[in-house]
Amino acid sequence: MIEVENLTKDYGEFRAIDNISFTVEKGEILGFLGPNGAGKTTVMRILTCFFPPTRGKAIVAGYNCFEDSLNVRKRIGYLPQRVPLYEDMKVDDYLRFVAAIKGTPAKEVNRKAAKVMDDCGLGDVSGKLISTISGGYRQRVGIAQALVNDPEVLILDEPTVGLDPKQIKEIRNLIKDLAGKHTVILSTHILPEVSILCGRVIIINKGKVVAEDRPENLATDSAKRMLLRINGNAQTIEQELSRVGGIKGAEREPASGDGNVFIVVLEDEKQGRQSIQAMIERNRFELVEMRLLEVSLEDIFIKLVTKEEA
Amino acid sequence: MNIRNVSLILNRELRSYFSSLTVYIVIIMFLLMTGYFFYNLTATFSIVSYQAQSDPMLAKQYQLLNINETVIRPLFGTIGIILLMMTPLLTMRLLAEEKKTGTIELLLTFPINDIDVVLGKYLACLVVVLTMILLTATYPVLLVVLGEPEVVPIWTGYLGLVLLGASAISLGLFTSSLTENQIVSASISFAMLFFFWLISYSAPLVSAGLGRFLSYLSINEHIESMSKGVVDSADIIYYLCFIVLFLFFTLRSLETKRWR
Repeated sequence: MIEVENLTKDYGEFRAIDNISFTVEKGEILGFLGPNGAGKTTVMRILTCFFPPTRGKAIVAGYNCFEDSLNVRKRIGYLPQRVPLYEDMKVDDYLRFVAAIKGTPAKEVNRKAAKVMDDCGLGDVSGKLISTISGGYRQRVGIAQALVNDPEVLILDEPTVGLDPKQIKEIRNLIKDLAGKHTVILSTHILPEVSILCGRVIIINKGKVVAEDRPENLATDSAKRMLLRINGNAQTIEQELSRVGGIKGAEREPASGDGNVFIVVLEDEKQGRQSIQAMIERNRFELVEMRLLEVSLEDIFIKLVTKEEA
Repeated sequence: MNIRNVSLILNRELRSYFSSLTVYIVIIMFLLMTGYFFYNLTATFSIVSYQAQSDPMLAKQYQLLNINETVIRPLFGTIGIILLMMTPLLTMRLLAEEKKTGTIELLLTFPINDIDVVLGKYLACLVVVLTMILLTATYPVLLVVLGEPEVVPIWTGYLGLVLLGASAISLGLFTSSLTENQIVSASISFAMLFFFWLISYSAPLVSAGLGRFLSYLSINEHIESMSKGVVDSADIIYYLCFIVLFLFFTLRSLETKRWR
């Protein structure tokens, strides 16, 4: 559905993206992950035909973004980062306008606008001026305008930025419902978002792809970590822990409440666990808490990005 | 070009115009200024006419004491200049605002051609300016009711005003495409329009041929003859070229935005 080959974009001297290639299959949700300024928006702007790449080619829904831009634009829905909407229009008027300008036949414009308002839960604000509605509703209007022509490809640039937790959850559910029917590319710098939403993730940094995989596979390469909360003399525990087999290291974390908290990096999960248990029994420490920490994409991301820089 | 897309942009733009205060203020200011000049011209005309009844010397001095020459022609000249001062205030937002708010990113990724955007916005502003010009029709209507002016120069004078306004919008739309700051856009428009207005002032200083050329370039020279009732194809061609040229520049300016 989307093919990107050796895409490069220069802004004057500055190389925003450097030789990026990837493909997205039909019905897939691809996450684009990277820190601010990594080049996510640049890739999206090329895919939406806002500007052409300096080099390389992008094919969306079978059409070349540069040579056949009108055909690409007919088949995409785009939510730009800051959700730029016409503030002086009412929500329903705006969606009718977008539906019409995206080529919906005149007699279907009302129906399509009504449907997309229903899908995005905009019924309550349909007659309100866009300048007066809340951030959450704005974001939904942004998604609604992207969806109104039932596009094959949806390109969402940081769709949940600036929303409160409840709104984020709602928008995520909305996007999840789109999978299968639409091919979705979404960019984010919020890590849990990709593991929740995306079937596949591409991590980019400084304009280059640093990793590409399923979110859960990325997690498995990383070392497992364990949180220990033990009652006893902190220094003794630390000494004992340093002698235990199967672990790479332990670090004391400042913590409130009962006991001392240590984050242990495991070398071999089973052996490490057993030897820690044995150490605690031997020293008659009181074990308060012991749990495996889930590897966050944060860790992976930091690892990948620092590796790149080294 | 796609007529439906042009009319969609035109409609949206018009609604946006009339939902903001700016347009109403511009129209009111325009009518106040033109009305003031109309009052002055007619008042002077009636006083001079009255005095001339008893003073043959004065009548001689104002050889052309006819309403077309002393009221209508200067009136069109003045309305033209006020029009040049007001249009940048209407055109400045057309593209600059879209760039500032970022809506241009959606606009240019909708499946429509750039020319549809340019024409839609151009025509929307033209509708506003035509409304303004139409509202000044009360002045000549009053003159026709109360006096006996020649009617043909009024029609041709209006043709001239419409062409002048249409040209100023084209230039203003272009300057709006250059920047995301509306004030900058308006300033460049003012400077360029005044340049095209005053360029004929240097005509007497240069050789006759060049002088004629400079006068021909001047945007106001061309309504002069039209307000006398003379429609010269050279004048019409001047305005049409002016409009097409700046629409073309606007289009190119949008294209280079895409390239950057």
